[in-house]
Amino acid sequence: MTSAVSATSSPAPQSGGPRAPLLRVHGLKCSYGQAQVLHGIDIEVFAGEIVSIIGANGAGKSTTLMCVSRINRSSGSIEFNGASIASLPPEQVVRQGLVQVPEGRRIFPRLTVRENLEMGAFIRSDKDGIESDLQRIFEMFPILKDRALQQGGTLSGGEQQMLAIGRALMSRPKMLMMDEPSMGIAPILVAKIFDTVKNVLNAQGMTILLVEQNANAALRMSNRAYVLETGNVVLTGSGQDLLRDPRVREAYLG
Amino acid sequence: MQQTVAAAEFLAACALSRVDAVGGFARDGLLSSQEVFTQQLVTGLSNGMIIALIAIGYTMVYGIIELINFAHGDLCMLGAYFALTVVGALGVDQWAGTGGIMGLVLVLVGTAAFCGSLNWSINRLAYRPLRKASKLSLLVSAIGASFILVNLGLFWGGLPMDVFADGTSSAAPKAFPALVSAAPAAQIGDVIYSRTDLLVLCVTLPLMVALTYLVRFTKLGKAMRAVAQNPTGASLMGIDVERVIGASFFIGGSLGGFATVVYSLYNQTVSFQMGYRMGMDAFIAAVLGGIGNLPGAVLGGILIGVIRSMSDGYLEARWTNTVVFGILILILVFRPSGLLGAKLREKV
Ligand SMILES: Nc1ncnc2c1ncn2[C@@H]1O[C@H](COP(=O)(O)OP(=O)(O)OP(=O)(O)O)[C@@H](O)[C@H]1O
Ligand SMILES: [Mg+2]
Repeated sequence: MTSAVSATSSPAPQSGGPRAPLLRVHGLKCSYGQAQVLHGIDIEVFAGEIVSIIGANGAGKSTTLMCVSRINRSSGSIEFNGASIASLPPEQVVRQGLVQVPEGRRIFPRLTVRENLEMGAFIRSDKDGIESDLQRIFEMFPILKDRALQQGGTLSGGEQQMLAIGRALMSRPKMLMMDEPSMGIAPILVAKIFDTVKNVLNAQGMTILLVEQNANAALRMSNRAYVLETGNVVLTGSGQDLLRDPRVREAYLG
Repeated sequence: MQQTVAAAEFLAACALSRVDAVGGFARDGLLSSQEVFTQQLVTGLSNGMIIALIAIGYTMVYGIIELINFAHGDLCMLGAYFALTVVGALGVDQWAGTGGIMGLVLVLVGTAAFCGSLNWSINRLAYRPLRKASKLSLLVSAIGASFILVNLGLFWGGLPMDVFADGTSSAAPKAFPALVSAAPAAQIGDVIYSRTDLLVLCVTLPLMVALTYLVRFTKLGKAMRAVAQNPTGASLMGIDVERVIGASFFIGGSLGGFATVVYSLYNQTVSFQMGYRMGMDAFIAAVLGGIGNLPGAVLGGILIGVIRSMSDGYLEARWTNTVVFGILILILVFRPSGLLGAKLREKV
């Protein structure tokens, strides 16, 4: 595709007046050993938005999220909620209200479903609040309630994805970063998960940064999106615009 | 030269402690074969519970950072020197009645705190900087830590205190005062359940119950399991992984501290090289049970204790190490994940 950064439409927050983004990543670079995989990425996410990052395998989408979560070392600035988080340890990032549902789910396979959810609430100590949030997650994903005492590793892939989402929500985040929630899951379940993300979580005010291979579905539900290619943002715009963009259609929508 | 002397002294000490271990034979004429068996079983179970407590320290650390902590046995050795120092400082004659029990509790808790803190510090200084290095670097660091601890023990034994024979020979094994009399607590038939057996049970069993509770039901325990199963996932949930690892070192170390006090009371001698023996038995126990698996460490410890004692009683003490290592080899060949290690590599 084209090498130049193009179509930089300015983000359009719903309410009028300029607002500071909730998450602002600027000039993010990251290397694994000798190989540099991110070459200076700029991403902004405003409160209440769903923003997606799409791109081919190996483009650096997961790496970006891992840098923002401070699991990977990186250079460049990362600001969340007005403060720099670029030098915080990962557990402090969670305490700031920014939590990730990682690729491949990374649930705790030999903790029970309930214990997995409790670990999501690790940073909290309000017992009653945790218990009522647990019930809310069980309402959102009733299957988890039936499986509450079962080991996480015995769940099906789709159930594990719901568990991973539920677990992340247990920390009561301001913003959720989701890495390929649709990976390896049957279409009908993908639709249900995306529906929950859009019509339950986002509708209740949760800000979401979504990484997806499934570009079509991701762009449809997103306010804005970034297209990542070999460690560079090559395109950005509203979800609708990108859906119509010929370059995106050719490369990602078949 | 110094070393040869030390080695000779160590062997002598081992031989002495073996005499203790096979004490049952002195009464051979009087005991029925059933009773010989029971007596050996009691001895084996007591030793096994001690080994189990030390094995937990190996298995916890392995479960969480996949390190065979070679310094663990030597940590316990230093704990024994610490305990002996405290006993010496308190005065050895003060150990009757309630005062004695208070003193004993003090020594137990003090040594546990000492070993826990020391283990925490070793992790902080020698292992944590290597978290991203290869497992081999970590292992070499553990062996280095082990050497340092052994030499600290050698130095400690030369301190001018009564309990260290005024430091005349720093390498010599030191007598550990018999604070708990070896008098029978109970006798059923001709089988004697000594007070030290009872002490072992009173110390080890509650600790195992407490640890089980901690690991299964507390927030820290769940976090420990979470970190063992998936450290990155745990970080992403806001768990301070290094803190949890540090806590595991502290807990494993302090269990070793409790164990070493009981071990010293049971065997009544300590030496700067005892860590090797304690560590080896416990390590084999951990592997036998399935390294990384807590119930496995307890099961393995008890089995190793009983097997040692049966071998001492029915074969000969000099065959015991052969038997134990033979069993280790068989396990590694036919069931490498240990008795309780599941198909999934089970951790903590
Ligand atoms: N731990 C690692 N060590 C070395 N290279 C890595 C590592 N993780 C990722 N990479 C490399 O970095 C590049 C970006 O990987 P990343 O996982 O961020 O891609 P992605 O966009 O998430 O891809 P996918 O859609 O397949 O998940 C790839 O070329 C990958 O091979
Ligand atoms: Mg990825």
